[in-house]
Amino acid sequence: MCLAIPGRVVEKEGDVARVDFGDGTLREVDVSLVEVKVGEYVLVHAGFAIQVLDEEDARETLKLWEEILSQEVTP
Amino acid sequence: MFRFRDRTTAERIIKKLREMGLNIFLMHVCGTHQDTLVRYGLDCMLEPCGVKIRQGPGCPVCVTTPEEIEEALILARKGKIITTFGDMMKVPGESGSLQSMRGKGHRIQVVYSIRDAVELARRVREDVVFFAIGFETTAPSTAATLLSDPPSNFSILSCHRYIPPAVKALLEMGETRIQGLIEPGHVSTVIGTRPYEEIAERYRIPQVVAGFEPLDLLMGVYMLAQMIRKGEWRVANEYVRSVKPEGNTKALKVMDEVFEPTDVAWRGFPVIPGSGMKLRQRFEEYDARTLFEDELKELRGMEFRTPSGCRCDEILRGIIDPPECPLFGRVCTPQSPVGPCMVSAEGSCSIEYKYGRRKINRESIQMGSGKR
Repeated sequence: MCLAIPGRVVEKEGDVARVDFGDGTLREVDVSLVEVKVGEYVLVHAGFAIQVLDEEDARETLKLWEEILSQEVTP
Repeated sequence: MFRFRDRTTAERIIKKLREMGLNIFLMHVCGTHQDTLVRYGLDCMLEPCGVKIRQGPGCPVCVTTPEEIEEALILARKGKIITTFGDMMKVPGESGSLQSMRGKGHRIQVVYSIRDAVELARRVREDVVFFAIGFETTAPSTAATLLSDPPSNFSILSCHRYIPPAVKALLEMGETRIQGLIEPGHVSTVIGTRPYEEIAERYRIPQVVAGFEPLDLLMGVYMLAQMIRKGEWRVANEYVRSVKPEGNTKALKVMDEVFEPTDVAWRGFPVIPGSGMKLRQRFEEYDARTLFEDELKELRGMEFRTPSGCRCDEILRGIIDPPECPLFGRVCTPQSPVGPCMVSAEGSCSIEYKYGRRKINRESIQMGSGKR
Protein backbone atom coordinates (compact mmCIF):
# COMPACT_ATOMS: atom_id res chain seq x y z
CA MET A 1 0.00 0.00 0.00
CA CYS A 2 2.79 2.40 0.74
CA LEU A 3 4.89 1.12 -2.11
CA ALA A 4 6.04 3.98 -4.31
CA ILE A 5 8.06 3.63 -7.47
CA PRO A 6 10.45 6.13 -9.05
CA GLY A 7 9.96 7.10 -12.68
CA ARG A 8 10.96 9.88 -15.08
CA VAL A 9 8.51 12.46 -16.35
CA VAL A 10 8.60 12.40 -20.16
CA GLU A 11 5.58 14.59 -20.93
CA LYS A 12 3.44 16.91 -18.89
CA GLU A 13 0.20 18.69 -19.52
CA GLY A 14 -1.32 20.56 -16.61
CA ASP A 15 -1.48 18.18 -13.65
CA VAL A 16 -1.15 15.04 -15.74
CA ALA A 17 2.22 13.63 -16.72
CA ARG A 18 3.40 10.60 -18.62
CA VAL A 19 5.98 8.82 -16.52
CA ASP A 20 8.54 6.28 -17.73
CA PHE A 21 9.21 3.57 -15.16
CA GLY A 22 12.29 2.35 -16.96
CA ASP A 23 11.11 -0.99 -18.25
CA GLY A 24 9.18 0.43 -21.17
CA THR A 25 6.15 1.04 -18.98
CA LEU A 26 4.63 4.47 -19.49
CA ARG A 27 1.83 5.51 -17.21
CA GLU A 28 -0.31 8.55 -16.72
CA VAL A 29 0.40 10.08 -13.33
CA ASP A 30 -1.29 12.92 -11.48
CA VAL A 31 1.43 15.41 -10.52
CA SER A 32 -0.79 17.95 -8.76
CA LEU A 33 0.88 17.23 -5.39
CA VAL A 34 4.40 18.15 -6.54
CA GLU A 35 6.26 20.79 -8.57
CA VAL A 36 7.94 18.86 -11.35
CA LYS A 37 9.39 19.50 -14.79
CA VAL A 38 9.81 17.19 -17.77
CA GLY A 39 12.99 15.12 -17.38
CA GLU A 40 12.84 15.01 -13.57
CA TYR A 41 12.24 11.90 -11.47
CA VAL A 42 9.15 11.45 -9.32
CA LEU A 43 8.14 8.92 -6.70
CA VAL A 44 4.74 7.53 -7.68
CA HIS A 45 2.17 5.99 -5.36
CA ALA A 46 -1.30 4.86 -6.51
CA GLY A 47 -1.22 7.03 -9.63
CA PHE A 48 0.00 10.18 -7.86
CA ALA A 49 3.51 11.62 -7.66
CA ILE A 50 4.26 12.24 -3.98
CA GLN A 51 7.83 13.54 -4.28
CA VAL A 52 10.40 14.79 -6.76
CA LEU A 53 13.72 12.96 -6.53
CA ASP A 54 17.06 14.23 -7.67
CA GLU A 55 20.49 12.75 -8.12
CA GLU A 56 22.00 15.16 -5.65
CA ASP A 57 19.83 13.70 -2.88
CA ALA A 58 20.78 10.18 -3.95
CA ARG A 59 24.46 11.09 -3.69
CA GLU A 60 23.72 12.69 -0.33
CA THR A 61 22.44 9.32 0.93
CA LEU A 62 25.63 7.54 -0.04
CA LYS A 63 27.65 10.28 1.66
CA LEU A 64 25.54 10.01 4.81
CA TRP A 65 26.06 6.25 4.92
CA GLU A 66 29.78 6.58 4.49
CA GLU A 67 29.91 9.15 7.28
CA ILE A 68 27.97 6.94 9.67
CA LEU A 69 29.88 3.80 8.82
CA SER A 70 33.28 5.42 9.14
CA GLN A 71 32.60 6.28 12.77
CA GLU A 72 33.93 3.91 15.39
CA VAL A 73 31.49 1.58 17.10
CA THR A 74 30.64 2.87 20.55
CA PRO A 75 31.82 0.29 23.05
CA MET B 1 20.29 6.22 -10.55
CA PHE B 2 19.05 4.69 -7.32
CA ARG B 3 21.35 1.82 -6.55
CA PHE B 4 21.29 1.00 -2.90
CA ARG B 5 22.05 -2.70 -2.72
CA ASP B 6 25.80 -2.79 -2.51
CA ARG B 7 26.78 -6.00 -0.80
CA THR B 8 30.03 -4.79 0.70
CA THR B 9 28.19 -2.02 2.51
CA ALA B 10 25.69 -4.57 3.85
CA GLU B 11 28.52 -6.70 5.18
CA ARG B 12 30.13 -3.68 6.81
CA ILE B 13 26.91 -2.82 8.61
CA ILE B 14 26.33 -6.38 9.79
CA LYS B 15 29.92 -6.60 11.05
CA LYS B 16 29.49 -3.39 13.02
CA LEU B 17 26.21 -4.56 14.49
CA ARG B 18 27.86 -7.83 15.56
CA GLU B 19 30.66 -5.95 17.28
CA MET B 20 28.14 -4.01 19.31
CA GLY B 21 26.92 -7.13 21.13
CA LEU B 22 23.30 -6.04 20.99
CA ASN B 23 20.10 -7.42 22.41
CA ILE B 24 17.44 -5.02 21.20
CA PHE B 25 13.82 -5.04 20.11
CA LEU B 26 12.71 -2.64 17.38
CA MET B 27 9.41 -2.02 15.67
CA HIS B 28 8.39 -0.60 12.33
CA VAL B 29 4.92 0.22 11.07
CA CYS B 30 5.09 -0.42 7.35
CA GLY B 31 4.24 -3.41 5.19
CA THR B 32 6.80 -2.40 2.60
CA HIS B 33 9.49 -2.44 5.29
CA GLN B 34 8.37 -5.89 6.37
CA ASP B 35 8.56 -7.05 2.76
CA THR B 36 12.16 -5.84 2.41
CA LEU B 37 13.06 -7.30 5.80
CA VAL B 38 11.84 -10.80 5.03
CA ARG B 39 12.20 -10.95 1.23
CA TYR B 40 15.92 -10.23 1.43
CA GLY B 41 16.41 -12.32 4.55
CA LEU B 42 17.52 -9.30 6.59
CA ASP B 43 15.57 -10.63 9.57
CA CYS B 44 17.77 -13.73 9.52
CA MET B 45 20.91 -11.61 9.24
CA LEU B 46 19.89 -9.34 12.11
CA GLU B 47 18.76 -11.91 14.66
CA PRO B 48 22.27 -13.31 15.21
CA CYS B 49 23.36 -9.69 15.79
CA GLY B 50 20.86 -9.45 18.64
CA VAL B 51 18.34 -7.34 16.73
CA LYS B 52 14.72 -8.40 16.72
CA ILE B 53 12.25 -6.42 14.58
CA ARG B 54 8.50 -6.74 14.32
CA GLN B 55 5.89 -5.02 12.23
CA GLY B 56 3.26 -3.19 14.25
CA PRO B 57 -0.01 -1.85 12.84
CA GLY B 58 1.55 -0.77 9.55
CA CYS B 59 -0.70 -2.41 7.00
CA PRO B 60 -3.73 -0.35 5.97
CA VAL B 61 -5.71 -3.38 4.83
CA CYS B 62 -4.96 -5.24 8.07
CA VAL B 63 -5.97 -2.44 10.42
CA THR B 64 -9.27 -1.74 8.63
CA THR B 65 -11.91 -2.93 11.05
CA PRO B 66 -14.58 -5.58 10.37
CA GLU B 67 -17.20 -2.80 10.80
CA GLU B 68 -15.64 -0.79 7.98
CA ILE B 69 -15.48 -3.82 5.72
CA GLU B 70 -19.13 -4.49 6.51
CA GLU B 71 -20.00 -0.94 5.45
CA ALA B 72 -18.54 -1.66 2.01
CA LEU B 73 -20.35 -5.00 1.85
CA ILE B 74 -23.69 -3.40 2.75
CA LEU B 75 -23.26 -0.71 0.10
CA ALA B 76 -22.41 -3.37 -2.49
CA ARG B 77 -25.55 -5.30 -1.57
CA LYS B 78 -27.56 -2.10 -1.96
CA GLY B 79 -26.46 -1.81 -5.58
CA LYS B 80 -23.57 0.64 -5.30
CA ILE B 81 -20.46 0.01 -7.34
CA ILE B 82 -17.61 -0.47 -4.87
CA THR B 83 -14.13 0.39 -6.05
CA THR B 84 -11.03 -0.39 -4.02
CA PHE B 85 -7.40 -1.52 -4.10
CA GLY B 86 -6.87 -5.21 -4.87
CA ASP B 87 -5.61 -6.18 -1.44
CA MET B 88 -8.95 -5.35 0.11
CA MET B 89 -10.88 -7.91 -1.95
CA LYS B 90 -10.26 -11.05 0.03
CA VAL B 91 -10.41 -9.71 3.58
CA PRO B 92 -13.16 -11.65 5.31
CA GLY B 93 -15.92 -9.51 6.81
CA GLU B 94 -18.83 -10.69 8.92
CA SER B 95 -21.00 -11.43 5.87
CA GLY B 96 -18.34 -12.47 3.36
CA SER B 97 -15.64 -10.60 1.50
CA LEU B 98 -15.78 -8.15 -1.39
CA GLN B 99 -14.58 -10.98 -3.59
CA SER B 100 -17.40 -13.28 -2.52
CA MET B 101 -19.85 -10.42 -3.11
CA ARG B 102 -18.56 -10.09 -6.64
CA GLY B 103 -19.10 -13.82 -7.09
CA LYS B 104 -22.74 -13.22 -6.18
CA GLY B 105 -23.07 -10.66 -8.97
CA HIS B 106 -22.55 -7.44 -7.01
CA ARG B 107 -20.39 -4.84 -8.67
CA ILE B 108 -16.95 -4.60 -7.14
CA GLN B 109 -14.13 -3.08 -9.14
CA VAL B 110 -10.44 -3.26 -8.31
CA VAL B 111 -8.59 -0.06 -9.15
CA TYR B 112 -4.91 0.88 -9.23
CA SER B 113 -5.65 4.50 -8.40
CA ILE B 114 -8.59 6.59 -7.20
CA ARG B 115 -8.36 8.22 -10.65
CA ASP B 116 -9.67 4.96 -12.19
CA ALA B 117 -12.64 5.05 -9.82
CA VAL B 118 -13.49 8.61 -10.85
CA GLU B 119 -13.25 7.70 -14.54
CA LEU B 120 -15.62 4.81 -13.93
CA ALA B 121 -18.07 7.17 -12.21
CA ARG B 122 -17.99 9.43 -15.26
CA ARG B 123 -18.96 6.50 -17.50
CA VAL B 124 -21.86 5.07 -15.47
CA ARG B 125 -25.05 6.39 -13.89
CA GLU B 126 -24.92 4.29 -10.73
CA ASP B 127 -23.29 5.44 -7.52
CA VAL B 128 -19.58 4.65 -7.41
CA VAL B 129 -18.11 4.39 -3.91
CA PHE B 130 -14.35 4.42 -3.41
CA PHE B 131 -13.48 2.31 -0.36
CA ALA B 132 -10.57 4.53 0.65
CA ILE B 133 -7.91 2.88 2.74
CA GLY B 134 -4.32 3.88 3.39
CA PHE B 135 -2.19 6.14 5.54
CA GLU B 136 -0.74 9.58 4.78
CA THR B 137 0.95 8.18 1.66
CA THR B 138 -2.39 7.50 0.02
CA ALA B 139 -4.75 10.03 1.60
CA PRO B 140 -3.43 13.03 -0.41
CA SER B 141 -4.56 11.32 -3.63
CA THR B 142 -8.07 11.03 -2.23
CA ALA B 143 -7.98 14.63 -1.07
CA ALA B 144 -6.67 15.96 -4.40
CA THR B 145 -9.39 14.04 -6.21
CA LEU B 146 -12.16 15.56 -4.09
CA LEU B 147 -10.74 19.02 -4.79
CA SER B 148 -10.87 18.44 -8.54
CA ASP B 149 -14.65 18.37 -8.82
CA PRO B 150 -15.45 14.66 -9.29
CA PRO B 151 -18.89 13.65 -10.65
CA SER B 152 -21.84 13.73 -8.25
CA ASN B 153 -22.35 9.94 -8.36
CA PHE B 154 -18.87 9.49 -6.88
CA SER B 155 -18.29 9.17 -3.15
CA ILE B 156 -15.72 8.13 -0.57
CA LEU B 157 -15.94 5.63 2.27
CA SER B 158 -13.03 7.05 4.20
CA CYS B 159 -10.98 4.54 6.15
CA HIS B 160 -7.80 6.61 5.85
CA ARG B 161 -5.74 6.80 9.00
CA TYR B 162 -2.89 8.83 10.48
CA ILE B 163 0.22 6.90 11.54
CA PRO B 164 1.63 9.05 14.41
CA PRO B 165 -1.39 8.51 16.72
CA ALA B 166 -1.04 4.74 16.22
CA VAL B 167 2.64 4.89 17.10
CA LYS B 168 1.71 6.77 20.27
CA ALA B 169 -0.99 4.20 21.08
CA LEU B 170 1.52 1.37 20.72
CA LEU B 171 3.95 3.05 23.09
CA GLU B 172 1.15 4.03 25.47
CA MET B 173 -0.12 0.45 25.69
CA GLY B 174 3.37 -0.72 26.58
CA GLU B 175 2.73 -4.39 25.87
CA THR B 176 6.16 -4.81 24.33
CA ARG B 177 9.38 -3.12 25.31
CA ILE B 178 10.05 -1.25 22.10
CA GLN B 179 13.54 0.28 22.19
CA GLY B 180 13.52 1.96 18.81
CA LEU B 181 11.18 2.71 15.94
CA ILE B 182 11.80 2.55 12.22
CA GLU B 183 9.39 5.11 10.81
CA PRO B 184 7.81 4.56 7.37
CA GLY B 185 9.62 6.23 4.48
CA HIS B 186 6.69 7.04 2.27
CA VAL B 187 4.29 8.17 4.99
CA SER B 188 7.17 10.39 6.11
CA THR B 189 7.72 11.65 2.55
CA VAL B 190 4.32 13.27 3.01
CA ILE B 191 4.32 14.20 6.73
CA GLY B 192 8.05 14.89 7.16
CA THR B 193 10.06 14.07 10.27
CA ARG B 194 8.62 16.69 12.64
CA PRO B 195 5.58 14.73 13.89
CA TYR B 196 7.99 12.19 15.36
CA GLU B 197 9.86 14.78 17.44
CA GLU B 198 7.04 15.01 19.94
CA ILE B 199 6.95 11.21 20.21
CA ALA B 200 10.71 11.10 20.80
CA GLU B 201 10.47 13.65 23.59
CA ARG B 202 7.41 12.24 25.25
CA TYR B 203 8.37 8.56 25.18
CA ARG B 204 12.13 8.99 25.05
CA ILE B 205 12.38 6.64 22.14
CA PRO B 206 14.89 6.80 19.28
CA GLN B 207 13.43 6.82 15.79
CA VAL B 208 14.86 6.56 12.29
CA VAL B 209 12.92 7.28 9.12
CA ALA B 210 14.15 4.69 6.63
CA GLY B 211 13.78 3.89 2.94
CA PHE B 212 12.91 0.55 1.40
CA GLU B 213 16.04 -0.84 -0.17
CA PRO B 214 17.78 -3.54 1.90
CA LEU B 215 20.62 -1.14 2.70
CA ASP B 216 18.19 1.57 3.80
CA LEU B 217 16.78 -0.76 6.42
CA LEU B 218 20.16 -2.05 7.57
CA MET B 219 21.41 1.53 7.91
CA GLY B 220 18.24 2.44 9.78
CA VAL B 221 18.82 -0.40 12.22
CA TYR B 222 22.45 0.59 12.68
CA MET B 223 21.52 4.21 13.35
CA LEU B 224 18.95 3.10 15.94
CA ALA B 225 21.42 0.71 17.57
CA GLN B 226 23.88 3.57 17.95
CA MET B 227 21.28 5.81 19.55
CA ILE B 228 20.13 3.07 21.90
CA ARG B 229 23.74 2.44 22.85
CA LYS B 230 24.33 6.11 23.60
CA GLY B 231 21.04 6.51 25.43
CA GLU B 232 19.79 9.09 22.91
CA TRP B 233 16.24 9.57 21.70
CA ARG B 234 16.48 11.62 18.54
CA VAL B 235 14.63 11.44 15.23
CA ALA B 236 17.14 10.65 12.49
CA ASN B 237 16.45 10.57 8.78
CA GLU B 238 18.10 7.87 6.72
CA TYR B 239 15.82 8.40 3.71
CA VAL B 240 17.03 11.92 2.87
CA ARG B 241 16.57 11.31 -0.84
CA SER B 242 12.81 11.39 -0.37
CA VAL B 243 11.98 12.69 3.10
CA LYS B 244 12.33 16.38 3.96
CA PRO B 245 11.86 17.61 7.55
CA GLU B 246 8.74 19.53 6.52
CA GLY B 247 7.40 16.72 4.30
CA ASN B 248 5.47 17.41 1.12
CA THR B 249 3.81 20.67 2.10
CA LYS B 250 1.55 20.70 -0.93
CA ALA B 251 0.20 17.23 -0.12
CA LEU B 252 -0.20 18.13 3.55
CA LYS B 253 -2.17 21.24 2.69
CA VAL B 254 -4.51 19.35 0.38
CA MET B 255 -5.00 16.61 2.98
CA ASP B 256 -5.77 19.15 5.69
CA GLU B 257 -8.25 20.94 3.49
CA VAL B 258 -10.28 17.78 2.96
CA PHE B 259 -9.86 15.71 6.13
CA GLU B 260 -10.11 16.28 9.85
CA PRO B 261 -8.91 13.93 12.58
CA THR B 262 -11.49 11.73 14.25
CA ASP B 263 -11.32 8.95 16.84
CA VAL B 264 -11.41 5.50 15.24
CA ALA B 265 -10.71 1.92 16.21
CA TRP B 266 -7.95 -0.01 14.46
CA ARG B 267 -8.10 -3.76 14.19
CA GLY B 268 -6.32 -5.14 17.22
CA PHE B 269 -6.51 -1.79 19.02
CA PRO B 270 -9.11 0.09 20.97
CA VAL B 271 -10.24 3.48 19.65
CA ILE B 272 -7.16 5.60 18.95
CA PRO B 273 -7.85 9.31 19.50
CA GLY B 274 -7.47 11.49 16.41
CA SER B 275 -6.23 8.64 14.24
CA GLY B 276 -8.97 8.55 11.60
CA MET B 277 -9.43 10.87 8.62
CA LYS B 278 -12.97 12.10 8.36
CA LEU B 279 -14.14 14.18 5.41
CA ARG B 280 -14.74 17.76 6.48
CA GLN B 281 -18.35 18.91 6.39
CA ARG B 282 -17.69 20.89 3.22
CA PHE B 283 -17.23 17.60 1.41
CA GLU B 284 -20.26 15.77 2.81
CA GLU B 285 -21.79 15.53 -0.67
CA TYR B 286 -18.96 13.04 -1.34
CA ASP B 287 -19.13 11.28 2.03
CA ALA B 288 -20.65 7.82 1.56
CA ARG B 289 -21.43 7.65 5.30
CA THR B 290 -23.60 10.76 5.02
CA LEU B 291 -25.09 10.00 1.61
CA PHE B 292 -26.04 6.43 2.45
CA GLU B 293 -26.78 6.86 6.13
CA ASP B 294 -30.08 4.96 5.82
CA GLU B 295 -28.52 2.00 4.04
CA LEU B 296 -25.75 1.81 6.62
CA LYS B 297 -28.23 1.59 9.50
CA GLU B 298 -28.04 -2.18 8.96
CA LEU B 299 -24.70 -2.05 10.71
CA ARG B 300 -26.34 -1.24 14.03
CA GLY B 301 -26.66 -4.18 16.30
CA MET B 302 -24.36 -6.34 14.22
CA GLU B 303 -21.82 -8.30 16.17
CA PHE B 304 -18.29 -8.75 14.94
CA ARG B 305 -16.32 -11.74 16.08
CA THR B 306 -12.69 -12.55 15.57
CA PRO B 307 -12.44 -15.92 13.80
CA SER B 308 -11.62 -18.62 16.29
CA GLY B 309 -7.87 -19.03 16.76
CA CYS B 310 -6.92 -16.01 14.60
CA ARG B 311 -4.18 -13.96 16.25
CA CYS B 312 -4.04 -11.03 13.81
CA ASP B 313 -4.78 -8.68 16.70
CA GLU B 314 -1.56 -9.65 18.45
CA ILE B 315 0.40 -9.60 15.18
CA LEU B 316 -0.75 -6.02 14.64
CA ARG B 317 0.38 -4.99 18.10
CA GLY B 318 3.75 -6.63 17.49
CA ILE B 319 3.35 -9.13 20.31
CA ILE B 320 3.89 -12.35 18.35
CA ASP B 321 5.50 -13.59 15.12
CA PRO B 322 3.22 -15.17 12.48
CA PRO B 323 4.36 -18.79 13.11
CA GLU B 324 3.15 -18.43 16.71
CA CYS B 325 -0.43 -18.36 15.45
CA PRO B 326 -1.88 -21.88 15.43
CA LEU B 327 -3.65 -21.22 12.12
CA PHE B 328 -0.57 -19.94 10.26
CA GLY B 329 0.18 -21.96 7.14
CA ARG B 330 -2.24 -24.70 8.14
CA VAL B 331 -5.78 -23.38 8.17
CA CYS B 332 -4.78 -19.85 7.15
CA THR B 333 -2.96 -19.44 3.83
CA PRO B 334 -2.98 -16.73 1.14
CA GLN B 335 -5.36 -18.90 -0.92
CA SER B 336 -7.76 -19.23 1.96
CA PRO B 337 -6.97 -16.52 4.50
CA VAL B 338 -8.67 -16.41 7.89
CA GLY B 339 -7.35 -13.03 9.00
CA PRO B 340 -6.31 -9.88 7.13
CA CYS B 341 -2.60 -10.26 7.90
CA MET B 342 -2.59 -13.27 5.57
CA VAL B 343 -4.59 -11.45 2.87
CA SER B 344 -2.67 -8.30 2.26
CA ALA B 345 0.67 -8.32 0.44
CA GLU B 346 1.72 -6.04 3.30
CA GLY B 347 0.54 -8.27 6.12
CA SER B 348 3.18 -9.95 8.29
CA CYS B 349 1.61 -13.39 7.82
CA SER B 350 1.38 -13.18 4.05
CA ILE B 351 4.99 -11.96 3.81
CA GLU B 352 6.22 -14.68 6.16
CA TYR B 353 4.30 -17.32 4.21
CA LYS B 354 5.73 -16.12 0.90
CA TYR B 355 9.38 -15.62 1.81
CA GLY B 356 9.91 -16.86 5.34
CA ARG B 357 10.11 -20.50 4.29
CA ARG B 358 13.20 -20.04 2.25
CA LYS B 359 14.93 -18.62 5.34
CA ILE B 360 17.95 -17.69 3.38
CA ASN B 361 21.33 -17.34 4.92
CA ARG B 362 23.27 -14.22 4.24
CA GLU B 363 25.48 -15.86 1.62
CA SER B 364 22.55 -16.42 -0.70
CA ILE B 365 21.15 -12.93 -0.55
CA GLN B 366 21.04 -11.41 -4.00
CA MET B 367 21.53 -7.83 -2.97
CA GLY B 368 22.52 -6.69 -6.43
CA SER B 369 19.73 -8.21 -8.43
CA GLY B 370 16.00 -8.28 -8.56
CA LYS B 371 13.59 -5.48 -9.12
CA ARG B 372 11.16 -4.24 -6.55
